[in-house]
Amino acid sequence: MEPLGRRALFCRAATLAGSTWLGPLAKHLAQAAESDRTGAPARSVIVLWLAGGPSQLETFDPHPGSRIAGGTRHIPTAVKDIFLAEGLERVAEQMGSISLIRSMMSREGDHERGTYNLKTGFRPDPTVTHPSLGSVACRELPVESCEIPRHVSILHSQWPGRGGYLGDAFDAFLTGDPLGPVPDTRSYLVPARDQARVNHLGALDRSFGKGREKRVEETLHRETMRSALRMMTSEQLKAFDVSLEPLAIRRMYGETPFGRGCLAARRLIETGVRCVEVNLAGWDTHANNHQLVANNLKVLDPAFAGLVRDLRERGLLGRTIVICMGEFGRTPAINPAGGRDHWPGGFSIAVAGGGIRGGRVVGETDPEGKKEPASQVQVGGLFATIFTALGIDYQKVNQTPIGRTVRFSEGMPLESLLGRNG
Amino acid sequence: MALLKNILFVALILAGLAAMGASLVPSKSGRRVAVVASPDGEFKETVTKVDEAFATAWARDGIQPALPADALTVARRLSLGLTGTIPSLEEIRKLEELPEGDRLDWWISHLLHDRRYADFVAERFARAFVGTENGPFIFFRRRKFVLWLAAEIARNRPYDQIVRDLITTEGLWTDKPATNFITVTIEPDNKEKQNQPDPVRLAGRVTRAFLGIRLDCAQCHDHPFADWKQGDFEGFAAFFGQTRVGFRGVHDGSGEFKVQDRKTREYRVVEPRVARAADLLPVDGPLRRRLATWVTHQGNPWFAKATVNRVWAILCGQPLVTPIDNLEAFESPPEALAILADDFARNGHDLARLIRIIASTRAFRHESISRLDSSQKAEKTWASFPLTRLRPEQVAGSVIQAASISTIDAESHLVTRLMRFGEQNDFVKRYGDSGDDEFDGRGGTIPQRLVMMNGKLVQEKTMGGPFNTTTRVEWLAGNDESALEALFLATLTRRPDTEERDHFTRSLADRTVGRGHGIQDIFWALVNSTEFSWNH
Repeated sequence: MEPLGRRALFCRAATLAGSTWLGPLAKHLAQAAESDRTGAPARSVIVLWLAGGPSQLETFDPHPGSRIAGGTRHIPTAVKDIFLAEGLERVAEQMGSISLIRSMMSREGDHERGTYNLKTGFRPDPTVTHPSLGSVACRELPVESCEIPRHVSILHSQWPGRGGYLGDAFDAFLTGDPLGPVPDTRSYLVPARDQARVNHLGALDRSFGKGREKRVEETLHRETMRSALRMMTSEQLKAFDVSLEPLAIRRMYGETPFGRGCLAARRLIETGVRCVEVNLAGWDTHANNHQLVANNLKVLDPAFAGLVRDLRERGLLGRTIVICMGEFGRTPAINPAGGRDHWPGGFSIAVAGGGIRGGRVVGETDPEGKKEPASQVQVGGLFATIFTALGIDYQKVNQTPIGRTVRFSEGMPLESLLGRNG
Repeated sequence: MALLKNILFVALILAGLAAMGASLVPSKSGRRVAVVASPDGEFKETVTKVDEAFATAWARDGIQPALPADALTVARRLSLGLTGTIPSLEEIRKLEELPEGDRLDWWISHLLHDRRYADFVAERFARAFVGTENGPFIFFRRRKFVLWLAAEIARNRPYDQIVRDLITTEGLWTDKPATNFITVTIEPDNKEKQNQPDPVRLAGRVTRAFLGIRLDCAQCHDHPFADWKQGDFEGFAAFFGQTRVGFRGVHDGSGEFKVQDRKTREYRVVEPRVARAADLLPVDGPLRRRLATWVTHQGNPWFAKATVNRVWAILCGQPLVTPIDNLEAFESPPEALAILADDFARNGHDLARLIRIIASTRAFRHESISRLDSSQKAEKTWASFPLTRLRPEQVAGSVIQAASISTIDAESHLVTRLMRFGEQNDFVKRYGDSGDDEFDGRGGTIPQRLVMMNGKLVQEKTMGGPFNTTTRVEWLAGNDESALEALFLATLTRRPDTEERDHFTRSLADRTVGRGHGIQDIFWALVNSTEFSWNH
């Protein structure tokens, strides 16, 4: 057989839907995933981040016919007694794998602070920067043979996941629409000159390090350079490129940047990536809420549903957690501009996979939007639940750079979703 | 049009060829460039006070401060901080013609008179004043705003007057650029607010950008860490309660400022008031003018400190107190903040003076090498100069400058400047703009390394071309030694050390790679090194 060139590899990868380029690690992961009934913890997380604060009433917690609905209707789902807002028809079909928390409570009604809260599990604090969910997962669940970044943010928005006190090395790798290869990953030189250049860099960095070795180390310049060089030559880089997927699969996720992002997320976790965040902006609907949300749902519905279904059919859902959320919800009252304003006290998130039970609903909001939600879930509790599903000790104590001790989460896991008692 | 372009191109080539040999090697003509403003007694006194305050703090904590840095290292910091680029080889040659003791003072004057200073620093301030977004298209002209700000900075208008203009100017945003500070807060989609500026966002901007207080978290609840109440923030916002936008642009209307209670959802009237230092607030006059007088008052406890902290950050890459817009955070600020603020407030809020003072302090002029490499501790107390990741425009500006022997500035040919503008914008997008919070110190990222290693800008600037440093060095440097010196000075603003000289001379002697390619590979490595991308 002739040796594999780039093109030959490309073609084969395309025909076999991406299985040839998978490293041995990914194969192992896939096999492990097929036998996920053993109750082994989840290995990776995909966060579908709805930036701006999605309206719970037009997504996961409709109250049709009430004064606060503003005409929003609901639809039945695959699970009896669970209804979603119109526009989530395909997600509704997957409801058996998805659970909802309808009583999320936070105290942060500002975009930046709310985003920090929902991405880290903590409220902003001037003395420490907490790590995001994905950074903790990367730190606590190391993978040796992953040659591409293990924490990825696709279509990144303003505040991507950060390593915080765990270090900037755990920051998310930011990338755009995965329609084609990751930009700037191909050298334009012959290998011999590449090598000469890398040797030169070594000589320069030795000089610069003198007298400031430790701080030069802390810049992460050399570390990121090594990672960049490693990924440039890695076959795993193709995990980013959804153009290698069959058309039918791409259509299932939707031919949108967000749909492609979700598909890339699946390819990435197959390769051993720990956390992928896929961003969909446009949920800050202070005016014209219903129309804007309806447009967003056309993108979200196929992508979220396609991802859950695809993961399940490939036997990956048992070891992958999918969370769909934003920084807060929106007011039950509709303002004169036909919009809804920020509402951190009683909003919804959806979660699937990773051993978390499907088809459940936690919490309940008042159909009149007046009373406090029942069975409230704090942000810390959500994080404790996800860490537990990942097999991470959520109470683990860590030292911050200024010597403070902080736990990964200060909430309590939701046993009803973890399903360990039956 | 095409003809004009061709003529321009030919002219550029001719001019380029004529200037080609200049600056690559030191000139022997002995020209002198002078004019150094001689500082007054109070200036020197303030510098000494700042130096003593730091020295006392270091002694108390048992920290050994770093040794003074050489002039070229400090000149590089100044160029990066004030113009967003590195010194050109041409400028370095000029600098080195001066007697050693005069070099830095001359350099500061040289930069403060360079239009690039006003443009670059205006953009830094603009990020705090109006953010990085393009804002509401109909009501906001960001470019006009930045140009106006740059013009004010170029003529060194007192900073308190600039801020008063921002808060109080009336008129159209196209005609009176300062009013864009107000109009950027209009949300055209928000019918409820009827295309009017948002008092809440304005109050947030004023407190963060001018006073270094994050009062806006008191928008929803009492301040979590400082002694601010929700009512204090609302009282602040009420000063913009009569600010209207109409056909004549921004003007003052009438009426009361009402807020909706988050619980009862009922509206209540809020009176304009300041929570502290209320005696500085004029009793009469239009609301915005009263607020502006209070904010910029010499006795305002925050205004001068917040400005000093921001100018320090622009010069050094990191603020004295982090985060930049939260002076009331937990720690007690270094004493230098109050000393500098005092001098700034008493001397007419003179930005150029403040810059000269900061640039004259020991903390600014010593090495980033510390004798014990005690890591963050020495850096945090400014006992050694901190390593800071350069912002994307600084990296782009530096790559473009490094690839040209002569200075690319306001005097450069229009075509050169346009090229620089386009290349820079393109690169910043790929490298990742640091946004509004640009002084939030961070580590490097993989996409940045990728775009530097394989991206278009560095590739084009490295490859041969009649105007690129690599080609000029290849053609004009007499021997490997002077080639290396030119390459190092053009990129790192220093000469190679012994080990580097050995390494690179050996590599140039390798005849399997052509000399041109060898020089390109060295240039590539220089701009990809840690040293190039980190202010030090």
